[in-house]
Amino acid sequence: MATAHDAGAPPARRSRRDGPADPGRRAVLAGVLLGAGAAASLVDLLVFHLALQWHHFYDRSTPAVSITSDAFFHAAAWTASVWGVFLLLDVRRRGPVPWRRWTGAVLAGVGGFQLVDGVVDHKLLRIHQVRYDVAALWVYDVAWIGSAVLVLVAGLVVLRRARPARSPRRAG
Amino acid sequence: MGDHHGAVPAGALDVAGAGWAAVELGALAVVLLVWALHSAGRRSARGRGPWPAARTALFAGGLLCVAAALVGPLARAAHGSFTAHMGAHLLLGMLGPLLLALGAPVTLALRALPVRRARALARLLRRPPVRVLAHPAVAALLAGGGAWVLYTTALFPAMHASPWVHVAVHAHVLLAGYLLAASLVGVDPDPHRAPVAVRAGVLVVYVAAHTLLAKHLYAVPPSGVEPRDAEVGAQLMAHGGDVVDLALAVLVALGWYRATAPRGRTARPSPGAGDPGPTCPGPGPLPASSPPRARRPAGLTGVERWS
Repeated sequence: MATAHDAGAPPARRSRRDGPADPGRRAVLAGVLLGAGAAASLVDLLVFHLALQWHHFYDRSTPAVSITSDAFFHAAAWTASVWGVFLLLDVRRRGPVPWRRWTGAVLAGVGGFQLVDGVVDHKLLRIHQVRYDVAALWVYDVAWIGSAVLVLVAGLVVLRRARPARSPRRAG
Repeated sequence: MGDHHGAVPAGALDVAGAGWAAVELGALAVVLLVWALHSAGRRSARGRGPWPAARTALFAGGLLCVAAALVGPLARAAHGSFTAHMGAHLLLGMLGPLLLALGAPVTLALRALPVRRARALARLLRRPPVRVLAHPAVAALLAGGGAWVLYTTALFPAMHASPWVHVAVHAHVLLAGYLLAASLVGVDPDPHRAPVAVRAGVLVVYVAAHTLLAKHLYAVPPSGVEPRDAEVGAQLMAHGGDVVDLALAVLVALGWYRATAPRGRTARPSPGAGDPGPTCPGPGPLPASSPPRARRPAGLTGVERWS
């Protein structure tokens, strides 16, 4: 799409109306933001907070630094989801969407976020645990972190296979 | 939680007292006065083309939110119940101001006023103090910081003991909420609108402060509030606030989406798809040679028009 400035003449300053130089990368960014944002906001809220009720609104024992970081996480998650959607819409109106790259990016975003959540939030900061009042918490942790790694790796594989060919040899 | 009154200082029990009745009547009078001004403005601006009905609906919705928070059963219940108080504050400080700002009241005033007064208003809006107040970071500090001060200090019991403090707190909540909504997603003229990255960043910090305050109140109720009432009110604050914050995030992103529309797609005759050109008549009368679409400066899509 962005071929307007390619024709010899001194290129005008790029305007934000011209869109990104590489729409594919914007599609990947859109996917990662949406995946991570949705994992952080929707999965946590809908599945674990509302449906299963494993998480509490606030258990009162969490250290101040943890609920502060949690609050910023929460705020950034909603914003990231929204921007992910609008970035995707932006790519779409400028040309064909590389759907496979986007899908891979969403998976990588979900897996990456769940991994950070499982390791940093649950284990290092101890903002909250996956579940309370269970004897074998490590089973839940292994399931959480293991599934996160699986989804992350699947996303990276899809991203790599869908990478635009830069050399004659096919990547992947 | 019902209308129990056990959780508030004795002075607040006299809800039916003359002072509180005056506060309620005064609030009603202000709301009706603003609506009368709006109606007069629409009539006066008719010469510039019809004022968009959607803008009127948004503004009226905002006024209804404000009225519901200040007058009537919810306002009275808010004296005794923290949950009702929080519901009223969501309407007064978040949803109402957002709808009011989306109603583009400044644009209507610029269109409705005589040219000289409109120019004076436009000059006033460009003055440094207004620019500082209308910066999203300052507005967020006033709105979010104000909430922290209100709920974590003796101001909260004081506002239920003294009608004057009550009026001052409510005026602050409404005005700070309006400043925040207008600076983040306003559709009125704002020649110095902050870049979208700044607005998104401010929104993240504001939402975080909001969530954090809700969790804090869940654990540490404001003085004079029963724990159970505080828990329900804090969750209402967190989740109700999230809904409005999500709307703000969508509107900020939508503004970016429209302002970055690819060239060549904005020439459609639809009422402005983010065209940043001087499509609003501004304070003066329309020049005779202005393009046809300039007649609809406050179309619903003009979120970033003034940036």
